[in-house]
Amino acid sequence: MFDQNTLAIIFAGLMALSVLLYAILDGYDLGVGMLLPLDNQKDSDSMIASIGPFWDANETWLVLAIGLLLIAFPSAHSMILKALYLPTVLMLIGLILRGVAFDFRAKAAFSHKPTWDKAFKAGSFLAASAQGYMLGMYVMGFEQSLISIVFALISALGVSAAYCFIGAAWLVMKTEHSLQQRAIRYAKRMLVISFVGICLVSVTNLLIDTSIYQRWLSTSLSLLLLIPTVVIAMYIYAWRQLVRLDNNVSTGIEAAPFLACMVIFSLSFVGLAISFYPYIVPNQLTIWQSVAAAESLNFLLYGAMVVIPSIVAYTVFSYWVFWGKVEDLRYY
Amino acid sequence: MLDTELLSRIQFAVNISFHILFPTITIAMCWFLVFFKLRFDQTGDAVWMRAYRFWVKIFALTFALGVVSGVTMSFQFGTNWPGFMEKVGNIAGPLLGYEVLTAFFLEATFLGVMLFGIKRVPAKVHTLATIIVALGTTLSAFWILSLNSWMHTPTGFEMRDGVAFPLDWWAIIFNPSFPYRFTHVLLASGLTASFLMAGISALRILNGDDKRAPKLTLKVSLTAAMMLAPLQIFVGDLHGLNTLQHQPAKIAAMEGVWHTEQGAPLLLFALPNTATQSNDFEIAIPKLASLILTHQLDGEIKGLTDFEHHPPVTPIFFSFRIMVATGMLMIIVAWLARYKLYKQERHQQPMPTWLLKVLVMMSFSGWVATLAGWYVTEIGRQPYLVSGVLTVKEAVTDIAATNVGISLLLYIVVYAVLLIAYLSTLLVMAMRAVEIEEINEQEHQPRGQSKYAKHRLATDVTTEEQANV
Repeated sequence: MFDQNTLAIIFAGLMALSVLLYAILDGYDLGVGMLLPLDNQKDSDSMIASIGPFWDANETWLVLAIGLLLIAFPSAHSMILKALYLPTVLMLIGLILRGVAFDFRAKAAFSHKPTWDKAFKAGSFLAASAQGYMLGMYVMGFEQSLISIVFALISALGVSAAYCFIGAAWLVMKTEHSLQQRAIRYAKRMLVISFVGICLVSVTNLLIDTSIYQRWLSTSLSLLLLIPTVVIAMYIYAWRQLVRLDNNVSTGIEAAPFLACMVIFSLSFVGLAISFYPYIVPNQLTIWQSVAAAESLNFLLYGAMVVIPSIVAYTVFSYWVFWGKVEDLRYY
Repeated sequence: MLDTELLSRIQFAVNISFHILFPTITIAMCWFLVFFKLRFDQTGDAVWMRAYRFWVKIFALTFALGVVSGVTMSFQFGTNWPGFMEKVGNIAGPLLGYEVLTAFFLEATFLGVMLFGIKRVPAKVHTLATIIVALGTTLSAFWILSLNSWMHTPTGFEMRDGVAFPLDWWAIIFNPSFPYRFTHVLLASGLTASFLMAGISALRILNGDDKRAPKLTLKVSLTAAMMLAPLQIFVGDLHGLNTLQHQPAKIAAMEGVWHTEQGAPLLLFALPNTATQSNDFEIAIPKLASLILTHQLDGEIKGLTDFEHHPPVTPIFFSFRIMVATGMLMIIVAWLARYKLYKQERHQQPMPTWLLKVLVMMSFSGWVATLAGWYVTEIGRQPYLVSGVLTVKEAVTDIAATNVGISLLLYIVVYAVLLIAYLSTLLVMAMRAVEIEEINEQEHQPRGQSKYAKHRLATDVTTEEQANV
């Protein structure tokens, strides 16, 4: 039996891990959705086939993250979701459109297919930008001022660009020929935009709160500066690989941009977590103030210790089954 | 003017009513798919694979609708009903957590293998993936119905400073109404899926599809319906008796009993009148309600006026009758159609066209009965959210009514469009299947040796698939 304070840290860690995995995994398939060309059926089919086996499980990480927030930190859950009520609804509508369009586009009457492709693209964009907006509002402490809203809108664009970046990087890895070439060009463009976005969010994060500023720049924790350094290095590495792949596919490493993206996402997320820890609602509620009863969390934790490794195992199995370049789109 | 509470209730009702339409099909349909796959693996008869291929597409579409509408549900606990988690979160939380951890990931991941991996894994692994998805959907029903049942019949906890703390997880999970509700819901899913499959198979046959697959799925689904329908009436009765024991006010509303009675009649029809606390236009069978519920002609049924709180009567009274009437109709149609099918096979008497048309009309009868049943049980818990522990009013959010109004409107529009799209897509898929030529060779060679088969068999690409790409 763990005590309540330890459980708060364990569950905050599990929740953070779920959010991060969600951002990486659903990030790439939302990105692929946003990049969907509306004038090229063959490429659309390949792109959607590349995420087909994964999107549902990817989205489940969001359900787990929000579930852990609800279970372990119920008062934070209602505070955050009440403050973000309408963006949450928009995100859900986006996720609904994306999820169903995926199936409808292949099964509805032929004449409706382009409409569902549009719904797929629009749904992906709505979900991604709503998430970015929510991230922006979270960083600004849910303040309803003009500055926060402008910042949240910039963050919406930044997150959408970051998802497009990882989505394009996914396509570079999973596709071939002309589609891959297009993905490389998308990735280069989105790399730049997402880099600007991450810089903006990071700098704002430092400026809005002096304690965060001090935490990042105080000498004792200067090791933390390693994080931005590695992020920048990864961006440079991804860029150089993309340039090589653009010139001649065989001279670059096709998986490199995606792996670099994963590192960038992870470190950006760790950076945010360092800024806000131990607060779960910025400057209002810490993880210890909002943690649920120990007997409930222990009961869940015992199961989770068995279940989470098996989730990881069968997720690896699923990626192994679908390893390699995507084949023609085939349903079942 | 609608307030936040009422709007939130309508929103939750809209969301959950829309959501349940899809799991109630997929939970059982996946077991049908397992059956088709196992029969194919056993017999090697390609008709089983064709049945699988047709229905797995409908399954995938239905499953996707269930997933996306389910995700919205998980957000509403926090956005609209914060009091629920504040007061009983220590109980509800782990049950929801186990649903996500043990069921959602399992079904989502293996669904990918099931839908897209048929050429990439050996046939046995594919069948196994199908079984795991079926187990996952059933497991998900297990956890969510455990939580729902606990909200009706809470046990295994204690209240400290107005917050529920768990004492005995076994008592919480297997609370008194859970075994009945779980069985009742699984059978309902079996019936819903059976009638949908029978209806669409009948539609294909009526439109001149003389292939073997629709005849086979008609037979399988009618056989299932014939067995499940009477079983459901039996389990429903047990569930009712359990409700009488734990939530007598709900039973009083279902039976329209206003004042405590010995030898209460079974009302076939009535208009409950809240103002006079009596029923208008009663058509009744004397003493039958007491007989059914207490197994005694003069058994006492406590009336609504003798409860401190009782739920609204009219919606429960009518929903209950709609559910029972649909159930009865299901038994009659299932038995008759299965009998005619037997005559067709044995004596070459063709199945009457009118009966096929009735089956088409009954395609979504499962939805009617399922929704009506859920309205009975959920409205029957009012004014409580958790019986005796938490009222709906106490749990509601304090966000502005306008915001809830906007979200409700958005959900209604999106769900209406999706429902129309779903139904018309099913029709398109059925009609498309009618046109496709049957291919007589093996559809999918069971392959145990090569993981990455580079070459597909020429026969594998059916016209059906090309039509879908």
